[in-house]
Amino acid sequence: MAAGTGTLRRSETYRPRLGIRRTYNTIATAIGLLAIGAGLAMLAWLLIETGLKAVGWLDWQFLTSFDSRFPERAGAKAAIYGTAWVMAFTILFSLPIGVMAAIYLEEYAPEGWLKGFIQINIANLASVPSIIYGLLGLQVFVRWMELGRSVLAGALTLALLVLPIIVVATQEALRSVPPSIRDASYALGATRWQTIRHHLLPYALPGILTGNILAASRAIGESAPLITIGALTYVPFTPEGPLDRFTVLPIQIFNWTSRAQANFQHVAAAGIVVLLGILLLMNSGAVLIRELMRRRY
Amino acid sequence: MTLDDRASPLSPQALGFKRARQLKEGAIAAVMFLAAAVGALTTAGIILALFGETVAFFREVSIVEFVTETQWTPLFSVKKFGIWPLVTATFLTSVIALLVAVPLGLLAAVFLSEFAHPRVRAVVKPVLEVLAGIPTVVYGYFALTVLTPFLQHFIDLSLFNGLSAGIVMGIMILPTVASLSEDAMSAVPHSLREAGYGLGANRAEVAFRVVMPAALSGIAAAVILGFSRAVGETMIVAIAAGQNPRFTLDPTVPIMTMTTYIVQVSLGDTPYGSLSYRTLFAVGSTLFALTFVLNIASYALVRRFRQEYD
Repeated sequence: MAAGTGTLRRSETYRPRLGIRRTYNTIATAIGLLAIGAGLAMLAWLLIETGLKAVGWLDWQFLTSFDSRFPERAGAKAAIYGTAWVMAFTILFSLPIGVMAAIYLEEYAPEGWLKGFIQINIANLASVPSIIYGLLGLQVFVRWMELGRSVLAGALTLALLVLPIIVVATQEALRSVPPSIRDASYALGATRWQTIRHHLLPYALPGILTGNILAASRAIGESAPLITIGALTYVPFTPEGPLDRFTVLPIQIFNWTSRAQANFQHVAAAGIVVLLGILLLMNSGAVLIRELMRRRY
Repeated sequence: MTLDDRASPLSPQALGFKRARQLKEGAIAAVMFLAAAVGALTTAGIILALFGETVAFFREVSIVEFVTETQWTPLFSVKKFGIWPLVTATFLTSVIALLVAVPLGLLAAVFLSEFAHPRVRAVVKPVLEVLAGIPTVVYGYFALTVLTPFLQHFIDLSLFNGLSAGIVMGIMILPTVASLSEDAMSAVPHSLREAGYGLGANRAEVAFRVVMPAALSGIAAAVILGFSRAVGETMIVAIAAGQNPRFTLDPTVPIMTMTTYIVQVSLGDTPYGSLSYRTLFAVGSTLFALTFVLNIASYALVRRFRQEYD
């Protein structure tokens, strides 16, 4: 650019507008930077305000007590246990089904309308609002399958919600396996499943795990579908089994946020810090897994 | 596996093993197919679940009332079932979100795609994506307890309002708009940019007069998908926009979106098979239909865009 403008300056036709055009370029750059700055500033504002409000409220008592009518005594124990229960079952359902669906689409499905149909379905499911999954769960799992408003019904609902994320991530991971590995395995007489089990899956594992962690961090922050299937908002107990009723952290935060007493805003902030802390841990885990496992190849 | 190691390919046993292996391979393929079919079954399940109760709803409430009445009071003694207050509220908050997300998202995308050094982009893009990973309940909390009190310094605003819910929702969908528009702009062939530079244009001129018009259908797809996200977003509006179904486009007063209504009814105890239970599905169907049309439009635009340059 710099070299170009040097020659342009000598030309009569360009001289009158060159200053304006340069200013335009500078302003455009500055506005672009500002737009990104605005987004990042909002993020910082959100984190700082919430973090400050949680100071003095996020302590051991908060983590180990049940909810209470009194802000000073309210804690997130039931919500933390509920989140752990629901997440365990969500992963139990969504991981195998999602990975297998992706393997089918990448390794088994013949090109044709069926593959295209399933693929479009999965793409569309990824953008269905989460609350619609709640209505699906309410009707299918809570009513038709009579699971009640239980951990299991919630986990199945969330498993369907995150399935597209897992399928797409696993497909991408499988596609990134070099064709030479697949060819070498087939050339040695391995069957399709042997090739998948011993060569493709180990190679694609970091990508698959990362996708699953991202899916889990999506599920852990979801509250709307669980409210719709009727998760509780006030729970003075921890679930003992998959058919027990439950609450989760985001619902507990929602509940605290909507209470009238001003001090519950601090309790909600403490809950948010816990939730964001878990998310941060999970995402760092994803990065770590990717970096550590990549070195093997 | 172990079967292959033990059996010699020529022994009579080998034939048996081969058949066993074929059976195993076939069974595995069938299981994989069933897993993939869950995707299609989920769509069918959504449509079935919504459809059944919606039909039952319209047996009790006329569809004409649903689309012409301007009051929504299904939980009162005088019941009115006009979807419009919920639709206008959803529309209002989503448009405010777009007013925030489209300019910011597009400028961010132009900057990252056309101006920023690759190293800057490698750092900034993931940080921007963090905005999409924050749970929506956290955004709702932020809108209600931070942004609304802040805006109340400048304008006359109710505690619950469409304005701060919409603004915060805009921040939430910013990464969606930015990331998809950036993909669209990165996909514009380099020859177009080089032609622009060759004619003496500077970066801004190439970005706004060459790349952006060329990526227009991809950008439109990003905006439509962002709109669809905003329409379906629940917790931000449920927390910060209020729970008053009002037929208005005033952003400063409490309103109630379609998603908020579903949350409100779900929080109460609604008996299965009652009319208020069915309103959930009537509203849900409307929401699903709306987002479905938007998603299809976005998908079609992306495809058209890909075809143009592939």
